[in-house]
Amino acid sequence: MIVYTLRRLLTAAGTVIGAVVLLFVIIRLIPGDPAVVMLGPRASEGMIASMRARMMLDEPVHVQLFAFVANVLRGDLGRDVLNELPIMGMVLEVLPYTIVLAFGSIVLAVLIGVPLGAFAAAYRNSWLDRVTAFVSVAFITVPPFVAGLLLLLLFAVQLRWLPVSGGGTPGDLVSQARHLVLPVLALALTWVGYIARLIRSSVLEEITKDHVRTATSKGLAPGRVLFKHVLRGALIPTIAVLGVGFGNLLGGAVLVEIIFNRPGLGFLILNAIESRNYPVVQGGLVVAVFLYTMANLIADLSYGFVDPRIREA
Amino acid sequence: MDAATVPPDGTTPAEAPGRRPALLRLVRDPTGAIGTLFVVLIVALALFAPWVTPYAPDEIDVLNRLSAPSPQHWMGTDQLGRDVFTRLVYGSRIALLVSLPAVIAGALVGMLLGLVAGYYGGWVETSLLWLFDVVRSFPALLFAIAIIALVGPSLFMIVFIMALTRFPSYGRLIRAQTLKIREEEFVTASQALGCSAPRVMLRHILPNAVAPLFIQAAMDVPVVITFEAGLSFLGLGVPPPTPSWGSILREGYTYVRATPWMIVFGSGFLVVATLGFTFFAEALRDLFDVKIRNEGSN
Repeated sequence: MIVYTLRRLLTAAGTVIGAVVLLFVIIRLIPGDPAVVMLGPRASEGMIASMRARMMLDEPVHVQLFAFVANVLRGDLGRDVLNELPIMGMVLEVLPYTIVLAFGSIVLAVLIGVPLGAFAAAYRNSWLDRVTAFVSVAFITVPPFVAGLLLLLLFAVQLRWLPVSGGGTPGDLVSQARHLVLPVLALALTWVGYIARLIRSSVLEEITKDHVRTATSKGLAPGRVLFKHVLRGALIPTIAVLGVGFGNLLGGAVLVEIIFNRPGLGFLILNAIESRNYPVVQGGLVVAVFLYTMANLIADLSYGFVDPRIREA
Repeated sequence: MDAATVPPDGTTPAEAPGRRPALLRLVRDPTGAIGTLFVVLIVALALFAPWVTPYAPDEIDVLNRLSAPSPQHWMGTDQLGRDVFTRLVYGSRIALLVSLPAVIAGALVGMLLGLVAGYYGGWVETSLLWLFDVVRSFPALLFAIAIIALVGPSLFMIVFIMALTRFPSYGRLIRAQTLKIREEEFVTASQALGCSAPRVMLRHILPNAVAPLFIQAAMDVPVVITFEAGLSFLGLGVPPPTPSWGSILREGYTYVRATPWMIVFGSGFLVVATLGFTFFAEALRDLFDVKIRNEGSN
């Protein structure tokens, strides 16, 4: 387990560094002065000069690259072009909103999707199975931002049951929860579909295995066999998909945050794009990649934890 | 379809795996039939847009702004009085113009890199796998936003970025296939006969490895369509006034209090397309993946 964990940690670190290098390369590949690319056409001479110094554009490229990666690894993402605030602070301020949104969606999707998939498999070819199959595909094919638009239209604009926009009053949990309902639902629906389908097919596969037959033949109740013995094996592929899915979830979260005018990482990045504040875009992106890699890492590690066969391979 | 030529269950083992029966089976499966129908519908709308639509996509009618559906405007009009139905039909052109080239380019690049990785192994494989992982570790939409923010939105950029973010999944797929096929005797034989490495890869391994690629590609089309719509919704997609489903949804969002129709019909088109391609791809997968098919029919 230790070797497996170490190897996964190394891969994750390599991925994050690779991604940071890629960001560095993108800025350099675009024609023109990289400092002007970062600051946009309206930047003053002084701003460009200080950005050139910060990016160390007079040094050789490998020195620039090394300094850039080192800065990021130390948690220094640079400063906002407009108000000179450290970008790390700006990101940390909005990050909880995005994490609550993403995490809430995953939890909701698992809570609905796992039982749905398990029952669909247990009652295979019943009407429940058919309805689940249809609902799953319908949920999967509606992109989160379209779900968000439709939910906004129905529950906020037409029925006025829930607030249209914002993150809720700070400190007021009820107001924050009310603002969270529609965005979480919009993001979760796709994943309800994915998880239900995945659990259904892996339950069907797991149900044929010897240990399940043993559990049944020693007289355990069907529900207990399903939830204790079958689901444990069936959850493994789901965990992996959740890790990979987190990246898509972040992408979806950007759009959902925009639709519901909700503070968060995506909202920060998109506003920065509109004000041509590229260092903030870059900083937000680094954090997003970091989050994504961490989610993958955790998924992989729990994967090895649930299934000993994987960590020994 | 002549019922007498097809067995009742449509999937008996005796049935020849020829081209025509495969197509027949695709259409006989309910999801496959719906999928094929929707795909054909979207492609036909895109091809024949000028003949299907009653107006030009940028024809402005200021007196009829933000109107509800009516006999003149089946799906209402937008904030400039343009016909929403017409714009949505033309939007299917953009959806296909983005998704097809992006998927083809991504699949080609991924295919070649996957072949090389699987065939040579060693450090070549390790570094290519690492490249795949790094590219996949970028949340695709954020990555696209970052690049487009710098270079400005264009059709070409979206296609390029989508190809760039999709190629690793094809690469991994073909690598896994190549690893299996590399050990087969006919590969050893062709090597022993003195075939060059590119020849072995392209003539002997590739034809046996490529089938799952098509299914993956079909699955990717709705992903790319959604992606383009998302970018256009943010104003980072195809520049206006070109009608795209995403930009129509963006306008619907802006005027959500004045009229719900743009969001309702815009979502409808987008969902028909993604649902159609997803069903189509899944029917295709079930058709070619014998293991899944047998499991489904017992």
